[in-house]
Amino acid sequence: MSSDLSAALPKNVPFDGEHPKDSLLRQDRLPHIWCPTCGIGTVVGAFVEAIRESGIPEENFVVVSGIGCTGRVAGYVNLDSFHTTHGRAVPFATGLHLAKPGMKVIVFSGDGDLVAIGGNHLIHAARRNMDITIICVNNFIYGMTGGQLAPTTPFHAKTTTSPFGAFEYPFNVPHLVASCGASYVARWTALHIRRLKKSMMEAIQKQGFSFVEVIAPCSTLYARRNRLGTGYDIMKFYHDNCEIRHGADTKDLDMEFQGKIIVGKFVDIEKPTWLQLLKDGLKKVVGE
Amino acid sequence: MKKGVLTGEHFMNGDTACAEGGIAAGCRFFAGYPITPATEAAERMAERLPEVDGVFIQMEDELASMNALLGAAWGGAKSMTSTSGPGFSLMMENLGLGAMMETPCVLVNVQRGGPSTGLPTLVGQQDMMQARWGSHGDYEIIAICPNSPQECFDFTVDAFNLSEQYRVPVLVMTDEVIGHITEKVVIPPADQIKVVPRRMYNGPLKEYKPYLPDKDLVPPMVEAGKGYRIHTTGLTHDERGYPVVTAEEQQKLVRRLVDKIRKNADKIVRYEQEWMEDADIVVVSYGITSRVTHLVAEMARKKGIRVGHLRLIVAWPFPEKRIRELAEKIKAFVVPEINLGQMVLEVERCAKGKAEAIHVPNAGGDVHDPDEILAVIEEANR
Repeated sequence: MSSDLSAALPKNVPFDGEHPKDSLLRQDRLPHIWCPTCGIGTVVGAFVEAIRESGIPEENFVVVSGIGCTGRVAGYVNLDSFHTTHGRAVPFATGLHLAKPGMKVIVFSGDGDLVAIGGNHLIHAARRNMDITIICVNNFIYGMTGGQLAPTTPFHAKTTTSPFGAFEYPFNVPHLVASCGASYVARWTALHIRRLKKSMMEAIQKQGFSFVEVIAPCSTLYARRNRLGTGYDIMKFYHDNCEIRHGADTKDLDMEFQGKIIVGKFVDIEKPTWLQLLKDGLKKVVGE
Repeated sequence: MKKGVLTGEHFMNGDTACAEGGIAAGCRFFAGYPITPATEAAERMAERLPEVDGVFIQMEDELASMNALLGAAWGGAKSMTSTSGPGFSLMMENLGLGAMMETPCVLVNVQRGGPSTGLPTLVGQQDMMQARWGSHGDYEIIAICPNSPQECFDFTVDAFNLSEQYRVPVLVMTDEVIGHITEKVVIPPADQIKVVPRRMYNGPLKEYKPYLPDKDLVPPMVEAGKGYRIHTTGLTHDERGYPVVTAEEQQKLVRRLVDKIRKNADKIVRYEQEWMEDADIVVVSYGITSRVTHLVAEMARKKGIRVGHLRLIVAWPFPEKRIRELAEKIKAFVVPEINLGQMVLEVERCAKGKAEAIHVPNAGGDVHDPDEILAVIEEANR
């Protein structure tokens, strides 16, 4: 971090030029491209802390992203990181995990990337209980392309391709992955930073397919078009309308336009991963 | 545990031989999706990879298969898939990512008749231009064309070697007949099979730049988990692998991606020739068609027609120089293909009007009747 920042700090705060998160972010790539009040940066901040607090060596992590605003995360984390094609982060991560099963493979991507164009890959990775972690930033909209309808856009919400309001049902993403067999499923918002970080740590440690959905504000496109106010207003909305309900039945997690958001940890089970099943199965059938 | 290289004489089909070639070349990861007439390669891999501590996975589709290959390659594995027309189309998206990220891997395309679902169980050679141009944007690729199960084994090994040497996905362009024909395949002892290892970077950790090329324009590679903190992207990127979306960086990167193949083309291009010394007419062929053409050239010679046979082993990059040289001295090229005009366009382009390029079309479903090609040769000789 450049030393001119020290001038902006209060005199009594020691500043040694190094922010605790610095080493995990690619300083030579900052500033990032995300809009002011975008939720993605907050989620990345929680992720970086989760990595640090997990105690797992940093070189054991690999981040794979698809395309979109959240798809850019791979480019900012100072870890082995792969920015792949639209929707394909999950199968890329699957290949990488199977070639290097000792690594913690994290897919960091958006709702459109993971659930629309990459939906088939997502459900099959969950079905296989592939030992990867998915962090899905859900901002209800396609941000990178200017605010189009997403598979998560709430009924009636306006986007550039649903100018009169969305007239189709959105995905309940935690329910989708839970019903496909995920071992760990949680949902938080960009407001719940500490809880989010804890969930991320649990997801990282989880043997099997772990999934953390993070509801995040897109004030530039989603909030503006739907007249929901500023980034602050959205955080206030999360504060007033989120209900923590651990263990909730995932079928009850639908989100209505500006309706209640149920957050928490919904699934946390132990079951063998794809690779464990393969190894055990082969050992039984064909021996060592 | 069984051996990676099944040294000895075998009786196997082309698909199976491709799989064995892959294993002999060090392939330890296969991701694929069932499709006729390529399924036998996947089936062989499903049986064989566990024996050599490799991983076989049947993915949900060919988009996923192709991406899993790339992920595995960055995880340090030599990776491979097999498919046919419809699956090849789905793989195109991320074949481009492979070219852009400079990721070694091998795709076997057992060509069948198209378009669309076409002829799942019958032969075609209709994906030759797709092999070259199938993914969007500018890039160069390497495609190698076996004409027997023996060559399926040998050329899949070669495909892996080329892919590691040039850090590019390499296509083994076989077809339904070669894939399903069962013939003798001799697998040599492991120490007699040339296997090119990955070009690994071994300089200081901090100085590593993923896309800083060597003299031959190919950058050395590293794998995930070794502390390099690599970043790579499908976006236009600089030597650090960081996205730089500018005209300057685009010019630099895409020209290098293309030049690393074009400028090394003399080393990559490979063909076989028969009866060329006095040839007036040269038949240009590849894959299964080269087996028919060999016979036809013999028939024509018996009739006193001075015919030569140029068989493309590597179809991409195309042997431009050789075609140009020949065009100076011969009357015509005759190009039989199981398509309605693909590689003939390349022959015509390189001949620059100095010799005619006559196509012998076939829409697919069967190989050419030798008499059909002979008739075209006789007509050209008039």
